[in-house]
Amino acid sequence: MIENLTPIQLDAIREVGNIGAAHAATVLSQLLNKRVSMTVPQVNILPLTEACDYVGGPEQPMVGVYLRIFGGAPSKMLYLFPEEKALWVAGLLINDPEKCSNLLGEMEISALKEIGNILTGAYVYAFSNFTGINMISSVPALAFDMVGAILSTILADLGEMGDFAVLIETQLTACDESVDGHFFLVPDPGSLATILEALGVKEGCQNQSGSECPK
Amino acid sequence: MPEPIRVGMSEIVVARAPRVLFTLGLGSCIAICVYDFFLKTGGMAHIMLPDSSLSSANTLTNRGKFADTAIPDLISSLQKEGAMKERMVVKIAGGSQMFNFNGLNSQVQIGARNIAAVEKIMAELGLKIVSRNVGGHVGRSVYMDLETGNVTIKMLNSPDVIL
Repeated sequence: MIENLTPIQLDAIREVGNIGAAHAATVLSQLLNKRVSMTVPQVNILPLTEACDYVGGPEQPMVGVYLRIFGGAPSKMLYLFPEEKALWVAGLLINDPEKCSNLLGEMEISALKEIGNILTGAYVYAFSNFTGINMISSVPALAFDMVGAILSTILADLGEMGDFAVLIETQLTACDESVDGHFFLVPDPGSLATILEALGVKEGCQNQSGSECPK
Repeated sequence: MPEPIRVGMSEIVVARAPRVLFTLGLGSCIAICVYDFFLKTGGMAHIMLPDSSLSSANTLTNRGKFADTAIPDLISSLQKEGAMKERMVVKIAGGSQMFNFNGLNSQVQIGARNIAAVEKIMAELGLKIVSRNVGGHVGRSVYMDLETGNVTIKMLNSPDVIL
């Protein structure tokens, strides 16, 4: 069904992504006391085999903060920041930019995880208010490594169900370019139908009799 | 020097010296390198998941994705090139757990499941894994030199490892 999303369904998913990301951007802006702009979310249907190359080359070092979303529509949430931006954000939050060297220490990791937590909270709250789907996020986990390794690991288990992943992607950028992050919401295969139903656009994949059309 | 060949996710590639096979950004995936030193022929498979039987049936179009289907395919492709099982040297890399949830969700640890599956299938096929660089929390890029059979592993914050 992932491959057969109609334009209306894609639009609807983009819109919830928009609402979620807008809340997250507002929160990030308040947290950093900076103006943060966001792109219109993209809904990308990504062949899993291309997951490694998706964000700026497989060996690009990036910091990834990863959370699982449980509840009515289980999903994954991933934030990707280039290393130096991540350190800068962490330094700002710890409020000791001197001490926050170019090393990702325990304090910095903890600060970045917390940012992931707060942003996900905002995103998920807006998402679940809009759709009426109950959603809860897990504790955050962090990895600093090649972006290909991070993305392929997160998307690997989707391979059991099919060859594609749906990525709802937003880019947040502070006006002075101090922050530059990618945000992904990746619904689990079954969750997409739940989300589409909650948005009232599930009939895009239904025939006259109301039953689901074959895949 | 011929172009190195990139082995993408869920691909299987077989080639001869002086080629180099490589794959970039391995996380929980595993690169399985099998080499016949006599023919200087080798192959690499880049698997994502341990077991095709867990997947829904219509995804089985891609046999390179699963350890239990990719490994026999890799071995038989090598045998078609004239490689002999007795001369095959097996080296594996990858299978890391990129995210640590403080002991939570063990079922999410695809890396460890991949390693176990590869070991089991190799044992069933009667092939010994001579060296490995697996597990941990690091991403890896793997280069397999078909001239020597050496497998070089590059990581972000540690020195290269040669298997």
